Amino acid sequence: MTDVVHAEWTKLRTLPGTGWLLLAAAALTAAVSAIAANSVSCPAGGCQLDPAKVSLTGIYLGQAVVAIMAVTVISGEYSTGMIRLTLAATPGRWRVLAAKAAVVGAATLAAGAVAVLASVLAGGLLLARHGVTSAHGYQALSLGQGPVLRAAAGSVLYLALIALLSLGVAAAVRDSAVAIGVVLALLFLFPIVSSVITSPGWHRHLEQLSPMMAGLYIQATTNLRSLPLTPWQGLGVLAAWAAGAMLAGALVLRFRDA
Amino acid sequence: MSVMTPYHSELRVRRDGFAQLLRSEWTKFRTVRGWLIGMAIAMLLIVGLGALTGANSECGIQLGPNSPRLACPAPPTGPGGEWVTDSFYFVRQPLAGNGSITVRVTSLTGLYSTSGGFASDQNPTAGMTPGVQPWSKAGIIVKASTRQGTAYAAMMVTGSHGVRMQWDFTHDVAGLTGKVSAASPRWLRLNRSGDTITGYDSADGAHWTRVGIATLAGLPTAAQAGLFAASPGYSVTSRSFGGSSSTGGPTLATAVFDQMGRQGTWPASRWTGEGIQGAFDKALPVSAQGFTQAAGRFTVSGSGDIAPATDNIDVIRHTLAGTFAGLIAVVVIGVMFVTAEYRRGMIRTTFTASPRRGRVLAAKAIVLAAVMFAAGLVAVAVTIPLGEHLLHESGNPIPPVTALTWLRVVAGTAGLLAVAAVLGLAVGTLLRRSAGAITAVIVGIVLPYLLAVTPGILPAGVEQWLVRVTPAAAFAVQQSIQHYPQVTQDYTPGNGYFPLAPWAGFAVLCAWAAVALVLALFLLRRRDA
Repeated sequence: MTDVVHAEWTKLRTLPGTGWLLLAAAALTAAVSAIAANSVSCPAGGCQLDPAKVSLTGIYLGQAVVAIMAVTVISGEYSTGMIRLTLAATPGRWRVLAAKAAVVGAATLAAGAVAVLASVLAGGLLLARHGVTSAHGYQALSLGQGPVLRAAAGSVLYLALIALLSLGVAAAVRDSAVAIGVVLALLFLFPIVSSVITSPGWHRHLEQLSPMMAGLYIQATTNLRSLPLTPWQGLGVLAAWAAGAMLAGALVLRFRDA
Repeated sequence: MSVMTPYHSELRVRRDGFAQLLRSEWTKFRTVRGWLIGMAIAMLLIVGLGALTGANSECGIQLGPNSPRLACPAPPTGPGGEWVTDSFYFVRQPLAGNGSITVRVTSLTGLYSTSGGFASDQNPTAGMTPGVQPWSKAGIIVKASTRQGTAYAAMMVTGSHGVRMQWDFTHDVAGLTGKVSAASPRWLRLNRSGDTITGYDSADGAHWTRVGIATLAGLPTAAQAGLFAASPGYSVTSRSFGGSSSTGGPTLATAVFDQMGRQGTWPASRWTGEGIQGAFDKALPVSAQGFTQAAGRFTVSGSGDIAPATDNIDVIRHTLAGTFAGLIAVVVIGVMFVTAEYRRGMIRTTFTASPRRGRVLAAKAIVLAAVMFAAGLVAVAVTIPLGEHLLHESGNPIPPVTALTWLRVVAGTAGLLAVAAVLGLAVGTLLRRSAGAITAVIVGIVLPYLLAVTPGILPAGVEQWLVRVTPAAAFAVQQSIQHYPQVTQDYTPGNGYFPLAPWAGFAVLCAWAAVALVLALFLLRRRDA
């Protein structure tokens, strides 16, 4: 298994696109987070914002770049025919997928950690300048607070789960265009449909089922009672989606000709 | 010895005209089974999600614990066919034929509740704070009848928008500025002549200025005329990260009039006070309203508003949630229309057959746009009536929309899908990588929209900015509701109000597509295929 992981790592590392995509994911996440934090204005006792959530807004964009990276890891092999070589070298197909998941997950965790750390640091500095201070009834944003640490670590996990979800979808449908379309539809359609459905039950169910909305509950540090799920349950919803996609991908990979 | 005859193709030699190029691109499109399946899925998703939202957005009211659930009532309809709010306190007499009414206003005050709502039906104004709303209004009015939604013209003083002349709900013209008080009173006059009503104002009762002329089609000879007061529901939406919350409730306006002068035939001998109100208007109970008359001095208190309705009337956009699913599908196909050629090496055959690359790109864009527009047109034209029917079944009143607006929403949404596909084609030509191109286009269109319409993610200023400059501005073309300056409302993208006019928003997306096409053309000519 170590050899398979090593082989996958070599493939990932030596593709010029991977590094740029991971860098772009981290940079875009941090940049959008900083812009969001910078656009806040909070007079004394005024707003009820969630400082951790604001300073992690960039995840909305970063996840898309992570999805591209994860999708191309497998669909790139199908488009070039490399997959046949890979499977000839490692006939145990599930091991190939597991190894890909390991290296993609690890790379995303690393890039995500950098992105989230930069976002929280920038957010702490910028929010303090815009009135999120102890004088206005807020604690300064710091990873020392339990909920903030949970939001930050959870966001890194969120990105890794998005990568696994994308990998699984790509393994199942093989074509990069269709795979990325399916991933983006899964992420974006739930919130859009739930925003126009007025029936409260359906509205709530769609939020609970949505990989993006439920998954991002992990970023909430205030008003937790108003959420339909707890933060970790929300991340669990995304984990279930990722597991389902990986299972579908594994079954297709195992039982269909490459 | 055998003679070798050189090979001649049986096909006739023809010009390599642009029509042939279009035909070859159309052949490529229609013979890829996956794309046809993708188009079918896109259309089904547009219709299916419209039906899903329609069937699951119930609206109902229960008058008592054991009474049956009723459908939400539709607001009254104004003379122009639009939904209106028409509730106020009316001190009236019939005016037979032509005539005029003149009055002096010396004060406009108000009451509202800081905690929202009102105390009880017995004593609704208990505990209220003095304060007049910006659009609290009182003055003189000529109205076709006391039925809600009938034609009217009125001269009024307002809380903080000076003297206005308003008629038939949607028209609003400014007169004298400044607040009314005993020290600076306002004279108002309405002059009726047939269907035409002219409004005048004056600061001293001697020097008059014409404010506006209203033509009220079909105003009956015996109209109702007199004094009125109204005060719209007060609402403060506090937007915060994590959601928005509103507090508010009905309010009361009280105005003092004197020095009334009338001309023409007023057959009644005395003034009648009447609360014009429907069962579901956002106004205080009629018991809290009223008027007193003593020594030529009238004090009139009223609640409600005379204005176009702006609450929850954005129904068409709700039936079109599926546009986003369709959008994702058409962008995937648009990008693949070119990246698939690069992946298979087909692009080299294409350029050998037609070496002028710009024409190839143009042919691809035209075929793609035409197919997407046609498919979008069919899907949207089915979705809106279906969605509205299902919404109606689940108890929602369906607001009236003019045929022109309906056409604009249908054609605009189809156009949005077509232009988005062309943007995908251009970005696909630029990047040659399908995953990157698709993500760039979909995230560029959908994510700004999502961030703008979901309250509580971004501050309001950033939301407005997002739907102005990003391709998401194009969704303004689906807007079927209007911004009225004379109505206080939370005019945000989340409530369906876009900062750009419908076609201006659509033009923003077209500009993005045009820039991407020009860049794509430039690189297509310079780079090896």
